[in-house]
Amino acid sequence: MNLFKYSAPSSFYPLAGKLVPWFGTLAFVAAVIGLYLGLFVAPEDFQQGEVYRIIFIHVPTAWMAMFIYLLMAGYAVLALVYQTRLSAMMMEALAPTGAMFTAIALWTGALWGKPTWGTYWAWDARMTSTLILLFLYVGYIALVNAIEDKKRADKAGALLVLVGSVNVPIIYFSVKWWNTLHQGASISVSQGNKMAAIMLASMAIMAFACWMYSMAVAFCRVRAIILEREGQSQWVKSIKEAVS
Amino acid sequence: MALAADAVTLEVKGLGLARGSRCLFADLDFSLVSGHALILRGPNGVGKTSLLRVLAGLTIADSGSVVLQAARVRAFAPHVRDNVLYIGHANALKDDLTVQENLADQLALDANDVTLADQFDALDAVHLGDRRDMLARRLSQGQKRRVGLARLRLNCGLAHKSMWLLDEPTNALDEQGSALFVETVNRHLSMGGAAVIASHLPLGLSEPVAELQMQERA
Amino acid sequence: MSAVLPRANELTTPERGVWVAMRRDLRLAVRSKGELAQALAFFVIVVSLFPLAIGPESALLKRVAPGVVWVCALLAVMLTLPRIFQSDYLDGTLEQLALSRYPLPVLCAGKMIAHWLTTGVPLAITAPLLGLQFGLQGRELMVIVAGLILGTPILTMLGAIGAALVLGVRGGSILMALLVLPLYIPVLIFGAGAAEASMAGVDVTANLSLLGAMLLIGMVAAPFAAAAAVKISLD
Repeated sequence: MNLFKYSAPSSFYPLAGKLVPWFGTLAFVAAVIGLYLGLFVAPEDFQQGEVYRIIFIHVPTAWMAMFIYLLMAGYAVLALVYQTRLSAMMMEALAPTGAMFTAIALWTGALWGKPTWGTYWAWDARMTSTLILLFLYVGYIALVNAIEDKKRADKAGALLVLVGSVNVPIIYFSVKWWNTLHQGASISVSQGNKMAAIMLASMAIMAFACWMYSMAVAFCRVRAIILEREGQSQWVKSIKEAVS
Repeated sequence: MALAADAVTLEVKGLGLARGSRCLFADLDFSLVSGHALILRGPNGVGKTSLLRVLAGLTIADSGSVVLQAARVRAFAPHVRDNVLYIGHANALKDDLTVQENLADQLALDANDVTLADQFDALDAVHLGDRRDMLARRLSQGQKRRVGLARLRLNCGLAHKSMWLLDEPTNALDEQGSALFVETVNRHLSMGGAAVIASHLPLGLSEPVAELQMQERA
Repeated sequence: MSAVLPRANELTTPERGVWVAMRRDLRLAVRSKGELAQALAFFVIVVSLFPLAIGPESALLKRVAPGVVWVCALLAVMLTLPRIFQSDYLDGTLEQLALSRYPLPVLCAGKMIAHWLTTGVPLAITAPLLGLQFGLQGRELMVIVAGLILGTPILTMLGAIGAALVLGVRGGSILMALLVLPLYIPVLIFGAGAAEASMAGVDVTANLSLLGAMLLIGMVAAPFAAAAAVKISLD
C-alpha cells in the first residue's frame, strides 16, 4: 500500500470521512464500558473512598495531553522536512483536542485534590508541568490563528512545536528538580502500586476511548480545514456540486 | 574583472504562485543568459515583486522550477546567495547609520571588500559625496535609492554577483539618477552579468533586453 | 560548468559573518542609547515595586529576592526581543541578510551575541545593586550574577526564535510573550534555584552546570532554528 497516497488532502478527505463514524462509535462504546467498569465494578478505595474514581478520567486525559503534543511534534517534522500540507493540517486539527485534554486533566486533578489533600491546587511537579504543557498548546493555537497567510502559519506552527518538543523534556526535568528542592510544598501523588487489575483495565479502556475520540474529532476538524484551504481546487468544487 | 561568458543561466519552467485564493501567475516559462536583461512589466499587484522574490528563493513557488547555474533555486542555497543581488522596494537603510556606514554594511553582506576610498568614489559618482557622513534618516527617497545604486556600481568588481534582481529601481530617482542607473546596469551586462528588473518606466538599456508582460488574472 | 565567480571564500568564513552582523547591531544599539537604558530602567523599576507591594520586612524580602530579580530580568529581556529582527524586517534588511553571501544562521548568531551584550550583560551587572536592596550578600550576589551571565544568553536565543516567528503578525508582542515565556521556565528554575541554593548554603554548581548545559545546546541549535524562523516569516 502506498502510504504517501493518503498524504494528499484530496485522497485523505474521503478516507477520513469514512473513518470518522468508526472512531466515533469505538470511542462511545469504549467510554461506556470503561466508565461502567470504573464507576460501578471497580472496588472502593479503602483510603480515599469513592472520590478516587475520578482517576478513570484524570489519568487517561493526562496521558492524552502528553501524547497529542508528541504526535504534533511528529507531524511537525513531516511538515518541515517533507513539506506535506496534510501534516500541518493535522497539527492544527489536533491542537484544540490536546489543549482540551490538558485542561480536563488539570481540572479533574484539582477536583480530586480538594477532598484528598484539602487543596485544589498544589505546586506538584506533575501538575506544574501539565500547566506548562497547556501554555505550550495555547501558544501554538495563538500563533497559528494570528498569522493570516496559511502557508506561513503552517510552517511557523510546526517550527514552534518542534522547538517546544525539544524543550518539553527539559521542562519536565526542571520542574521535577525544582519540586524536589522545595520539599515542603510537595505532596505525593503516587496512586499506590497495588492497583487492582480491574482498575487498570478500565483505565486502559478509557485511554482507548480518548484515543478514538481524538482521532474522530481530529479527522472531522481536518476535513473542515481541507475544505477551507482547498476551496479553489477542482475536487472540492465537484464535492460542492454533488452536495447541492 | 569580467564574469565568464557563460556566467549566468537562469531557466524558469512552469512557474506558478498563488497568494491566498488568488493566482498571481501560472505556467510561466522563460530563460536568461549572460549579458541579457529581462524587464517585467504589468500593472500594480500583478505579481512582479512576487516573481522576483521567487527567483531570489525568498518565496517558494507553488509549482514549477527555477534553475540558476544548473542548480535549483531553494531557500538558503549557497549558489543563490553567491550569485543573486536583490534590491526590493525597501532600501534596507538604517536611519541611525550614516550613508557611508550603510553602504559599508551592505557591501560587507556581499562579502565585497572595497576600500574606503572606493566607497567614497562610488558615493561621489551617485552624487552623495557631500552627504556621506549624514544620517540616512535625513535623505530623500531618491537619495536613499542612490545608496543602492552605489552598491550596484561597486558590485561590478571582484565580488561580482552575476544575477541582479531589481524591484522598481528607478522609483523616486530623477532623470540624472535614472541615467546613472542605466549606465550601471549596462556595465553589469557588458561584464557578463544578467538582470531581471521590474519596472513600469522605460529604461533605455543598450544591451539585449527582453520584456515579460504580466497580465492580470481572474 | 565553468567557475562562475571568484568565490570569495576567504571572506565568507563564519567568524567574519558573525562579526559583520554583530558589529552592525552593536553600532545600532550604541546609536540608540535610549533603548538600552529603557530595558535597564524597566528592570530596576519593576524590581523596586516588590517591596512596595509586599512590605519592607527584611526577612521576607530576602526570601523572595532571587525569584523577583530573575522574573524581572526575564521580562526585561522579553521586552527587548523585537529589537533583534523587527526593524530589519520593516526596512528590508532582513531580506538582504537572507541573501547575503554569509549563511543566515551565522548572521543570526552574530545578532544574538549583539543582543546579549546589550541586554543580558547590563542586566547581570545591575542585578547586584538590586540584590543589595533586598538584603542579599556577597556570595549570593555573585551567584545571581553568574546565573544571569549563563542564563540570559539562553533567553536571547529562545527569544530570537519567537521574535522571528511573529514578524509582521498583528499583536506580535503579546503573542511573542505567549510563545516564549513557557520555554523560559527551565532557565528561571535553574537560575533562581542557584541563588536560593546559595542562600541555603547548599552547593550551587548543579544548577549552574545545568544552565551551562542548556547554553551549549542552545549555541548549537538556536542559530539554525532562528534562521529557519526568519525564512518562514519572509516567505
